[in-house]
Amino acid sequence: MATDAPPPSKAEHQLPPTEEFVRVQESADFGELRRSHRSFAFPLTVAFIAWYLLYVLLSNYAGDFMGTKLFGNINVAFVLGVAQFVTTFLIAWWYSRHAAAKLDPKAEAIKSEMEGGA
Amino acid sequence: MSPVQQTVLAATNNASEHRPLIISLFAAFVVATLVITVWAGRQTKDAADFYAGGRQFSAFQNGLAVSGDYMSAASFLGIAGAIAIFGYDGFLYSIGFLVAWLVALLLVAEPLRNSGRYTMGDVLAYRMRQRPVRTAAGTSTIVVSIFYLLAQMAGAGVLVSLLLGITSDAGKIAIVALVGLLMIVYVSIGGMKGTTWVQMVKAVLLIGGTLLITFLVLLKFNFNISDLLGSAAENSGKGAAFLEPGLQYGATGTSKLDFISLGIALVLGTAGLPHILIRFYTVPNAKAARKSVNWAIGIIGAFYLMTIALGFGAAALISQDEIIESNPSGNTAAPLLALHLGGVDSAWGAILLATISAVAFATILAVVAGLTLASSSSFAHDIYANVIRKGKATEKEEMKAARWATVFIGIVSIALGALARDLNVAGLVALAFAVAASANLPTILYSLFWKKFTTQGALWSIYGGLIVAVGLVLFSPVVSGDPKAMFPDVDFAWFPLKNPGIISIPFGFLMGWLGTVLSKEEPDAGKYAELEVRSLTGTGAH
Repeated sequence: MATDAPPPSKAEHQLPPTEEFVRVQESADFGELRRSHRSFAFPLTVAFIAWYLLYVLLSNYAGDFMGTKLFGNINVAFVLGVAQFVTTFLIAWWYSRHAAAKLDPKAEAIKSEMEGGA
Repeated sequence: MSPVQQTVLAATNNASEHRPLIISLFAAFVVATLVITVWAGRQTKDAADFYAGGRQFSAFQNGLAVSGDYMSAASFLGIAGAIAIFGYDGFLYSIGFLVAWLVALLLVAEPLRNSGRYTMGDVLAYRMRQRPVRTAAGTSTIVVSIFYLLAQMAGAGVLVSLLLGITSDAGKIAIVALVGLLMIVYVSIGGMKGTTWVQMVKAVLLIGGTLLITFLVLLKFNFNISDLLGSAAENSGKGAAFLEPGLQYGATGTSKLDFISLGIALVLGTAGLPHILIRFYTVPNAKAARKSVNWAIGIIGAFYLMTIALGFGAAALISQDEIIESNPSGNTAAPLLALHLGGVDSAWGAILLATISAVAFATILAVVAGLTLASSSSFAHDIYANVIRKGKATEKEEMKAARWATVFIGIVSIALGALARDLNVAGLVALAFAVAASANLPTILYSLFWKKFTTQGALWSIYGGLIVAVGLVLFSPVVSGDPKAMFPDVDFAWFPLKNPGIISIPFGFLMGWLGTVLSKEEPDAGKYAELEVRSLTGTGAH
C-alpha cells in the first residue's frame, strides 16, 4: 500500500523563529484559514452532539414514541439509531470534502512559505 | 440439573472435545503475531520507530490499525452481550462509540498530528511549563489506559473459562497473566511497528469473523431484519419492550440519569483516549491522519451495525437463561451464538466457536498491546525524559525506559485484571471513556483553541477531571454495594451513578476555565502562535 505522501525526512525540520509564527498568526491568510476551519468545525460539532443528545433523551423519556412500530418489528428507536450511523458517515464525508477544498490549499500555501518554499 | 445447566455443560463438553483445535487456533495467532513482533523489532532503530512506527504507514493501514485498536473486547463481547440481555439498550453503546469519532475527526486528529511528536503530552505541554504539565498528562494517560486494560483482562478471563472449562480462580488468573506476558513481549520488542501490524491483522480477523456470523444469522432469517428482531423479542421473553429503549436504564430516574451520563462519556471520550491519539503519529502528515479517521469510521461503523445481528441473533437463537448462566453480564453471548449457529453437538459448531473465540482473543491481545504502548510511551517520553531527566536523556535511554515501563505496566494490569474478572467489559470501558473525556479532552481542546489558556488551567483541568472521575467511580456501585460490584461484600457507595461523566466532564471543563482566569501568569503568546500555526498548517511537522 503506497503512502499518500513522500516519507518525511527523519531529521527534524528547522523551525522558523517564534517572531515568524507570530507574524503569520496575525496575517490575513492565516486568519482566513482559522476562520474556515472554525466556522465549519465548531457549529457542526455542536450540531452533531445536540442531535446525539436528542436521541439519548428520546430514548430515556419518550419511550412510547420510540416504541412506535413503523413496519414489521422495525420501530422508531431502531430507525433513529441507524440514522445516527448515517449522519455520522455523512458528516465525516462532508468535513473531508470541506477540508480538501477549503483548508488544505490555504494550509499548504502558508506551510511552504514558512518552510522557505518547496 | 436444570436443562439450562445441561446445555451449558454440553457447550463446555463440546468445547473440551475440540480443545486441541481451539488451542491450535489460539497458538497460531500467538505464533504469527510473535513473528511479526520480532520482525518489527529488527526494523525498530530509533525513537520515531519505537513510538510512531517510523511514521510510514498509509492512511488505509492506519485506519485499519485504529479500528483494531478501538474495537475492543468491550465492543465484540460486551455489546453483543448487552444487546442479547437488554435488547435495544445494548445497541446504544455502539452509537455513542461511533458518533464520538466525529470529535476526533473535526477537532483533534489533524492538529495533534501537526504539532506533536510521540504522545498526547507533546501537545498539552507545548505552550505550557513542561514539567508539571507533562507529569499531569503522563499520569492521566496511564490511569485511562489502566482502566481500559482492566476491561480487556476481564474479557480474556471470561473467554478462556468458557473455552477451556477453566473455572477455578487460579486458572483464570493464569490466563490473565499469560495475556499480560504476551503484551509485554509485543510492545517491548515490536514497539509501534509491531503493535500496528498486530492491530491490522486483528482488525481483518475481527471483521471477517463478524461478517461470517452476521451472514449466518441473517441466513437463518432469510435476510429479513424485522423477523430477526421479532424472534429476538419473543425468545427473550420480554416482548416488544426488548426492541425499545429502557430495559437496562429505564427502570428509575437514577438509572435514566446514568444513561445520559454514559452517553456523554462515550461521545466525548474517544478523542481523549491516549492509545488512539498516538496512532495519528504513525502516518506521514495530517491529511493522512484525516483519511485514516475516515477509514476507521467506515470500518468501525460497519462493525457496529453488525453487532445488531450478533446481539439480537444471540437473543433470538439462545435462551436468556443459557446466556446468563454462562456469564452473568452476557460477555459470552457472541461465542455461544457461534456454537449454536454451527450446531451445539456438531464439529461445525465447535469449529465456529473456536474461530470466534480465537478472534476475540486476538482482539484482546491487539488492544492491550496498544494500551500498553500508550502508557509506556507516555511514561518514557513525558515523565522520564522530560520531567525526571529534564530533556537530557538520550534516545537510547528513553527507549530503555519505555521497555521497562512496559514490564511494570504489564505486571500492574495483571494484578488488577485478576480483580475485575467478573464485571461487564462494556461497562468497564465506559469508565475509561469517562476519565478520558473529563481529564484529557477539555485540556486538548483548550490547548489547541483557546489563546488565554495557561499552565494552571491545564493542570486544574487534568487533575480536576481525573480526580473527580476516578473518585466518583470509587464511591459508585461499580466498586461496592452491588452484587455485581468489584467488592460486592462491602458498601461504601454513596454516588448513585455507575458512570461519572455527567458530573466529571463539565467539572473538567470548568476547572480548566477557572484555573486559567485565576492564574497569575500570562499565557505564552509566542508559544501559542507556534502551536496554532503549526496545528493548522503542519509547518515543521515531522
